[in-house]
Amino acid sequence: MNVLLDNLDLYGRGFLGTIQLFLVAAIGSLLFGTILAGMRVSPVPVLRAFGTLYVNTIRNTPLTLVLFFFAFAYPRLEIADISFFWRACIGLILYTSAFVCEVVRSGINTVPVGQAEASRALGFTFGQTMSQVVFPQAVRSVVPPLTNVQIALLKNTTIAAGFSVVEAGGIYAALSERGYNVLVGLLWVALFFVILVVPLTLLQRNLDRKWSTAR
Amino acid sequence: MTSVLYDVPGPKARVRNLLIGGVGTLLVLAVLGFVVYRLIVTGQFEPRLWEWITYVNIQYLLLDALWNTVSAFLVAAVLSLLLGALLAAGRLSDHSWVSRPAVVLIELFRAIPLLVLIFILFFGVSRAFGIDIPAFWAVVIGLTLYNGSVLAEVFRAGINALPKGQSEAAYALGMRKTQVMTNVLLPQALRAMLPTILSQLVVVLKDTALGYIILYPELLYQARFLGSQGQLGSPILQVAMVVAVIYIGLCLILSGGSKLLEKRMSRTPKGGGAKPAEAPEELAGVL
Repeated sequence: MNVLLDNLDLYGRGFLGTIQLFLVAAIGSLLFGTILAGMRVSPVPVLRAFGTLYVNTIRNTPLTLVLFFFAFAYPRLEIADISFFWRACIGLILYTSAFVCEVVRSGINTVPVGQAEASRALGFTFGQTMSQVVFPQAVRSVVPPLTNVQIALLKNTTIAAGFSVVEAGGIYAALSERGYNVLVGLLWVALFFVILVVPLTLLQRNLDRKWSTAR
Repeated sequence: MTSVLYDVPGPKARVRNLLIGGVGTLLVLAVLGFVVYRLIVTGQFEPRLWEWITYVNIQYLLLDALWNTVSAFLVAAVLSLLLGALLAAGRLSDHSWVSRPAVVLIELFRAIPLLVLIFILFFGVSRAFGIDIPAFWAVVIGLTLYNGSVLAEVFRAGINALPKGQSEAAYALGMRKTQVMTNVLLPQALRAMLPTILSQLVVVLKDTALGYIILYPELLYQARFLGSQGQLGSPILQVAMVVAVIYIGLCLILSGGSKLLEKRMSRTPKGGGAKPAEAPEELAGVL
């Protein structure tokens, strides 16, 4: 208990960093992932090819490698000086959106064919069919797997701590500097992550109940 | 294959699609071109920075690192398959004193971030109990605990997805619980779940890169090490590129195998009631 109470500032800062990183990356990856999914089902062959190439490459790349590039290789390009935090955000967004894209695309596949056919018969364009008919139904059916991707993102934010972003995963280093029991400190970190997942699960249940379409 | 989402393009739509495609290609090329331009401007393609590839010692160093990655993957893969089978058997057990702990373990290891798990093993346990866990085993045990729990859920889902008639018929024939499981359910479930299992193994391979953070001398670690060598010109970007190609190549081979298997199995629907692999919904987001 002492380990936690004596170092509340450390835990507070660490988990604040985790939550900030998570919120930025979650919103970013949902947006970018949806755009990617739209590309992968679009009538333009070139866009489909780009989408597929991107998703297949990123899904086979370790996140550590992505963050490694942003941490060490990016500064060599001397483009613009962005802080570690934002570079980690960009890396997490690029990585997670590939998974979001796949989930959204599988959701699009669950929408009955008749829906899209009916809207085509009414003269809707691809954009209208997607945005007004298919996509709203697709998102509702993928709430559980989409939340799982976001939970995985929350856990993945710890990797950013390995590249000196102030973050819950880095608490152990400061603890051992201050001479506290690292094992107890790390067990607290693990417990807080389990607790952080709970609101996400509740949100998932809530949305699932409210949004699930009767089919 | 025509999609249901849009009509077959007519002459007007074809022109428009071509236009959008052209603009999209230009955008992607512009981004790539900008990166390459920056690479050239900052002198990253200078021969001096690529000289390290020609040194035999460095080649051996990278091969060693590759072997460290692959051996951690192989050991972790085998162990997590075993742990997964064990936990799944526990969770499917009829005795609540076996199944409850199994559920708790599975949920616990899936909820804790893998990196924190590895930290607990590497920094926590070794300092608290004085047991020195080498980096290799910290990575392997961490990967095993996490992926074993995930695989346990995969196995369970595979067995639960089998038609009920399979186990009912086996019980009607007078088989015991163990016999039903090993002779009837498992062979079918394993077959159906093979692609999912393989893609989970890709996750194991990807996550060996976490070893870099606890200084396990795998590929990324060597990239960092070589990249900070002043007498080579600190070629961190160049080494990282080579390492990235190796990592992505390895993972692509594995997931290619998984896709191939999936295709083959959906072509020959044999093996009793085993439905072709369908990952349970909750596993779709496994990263």
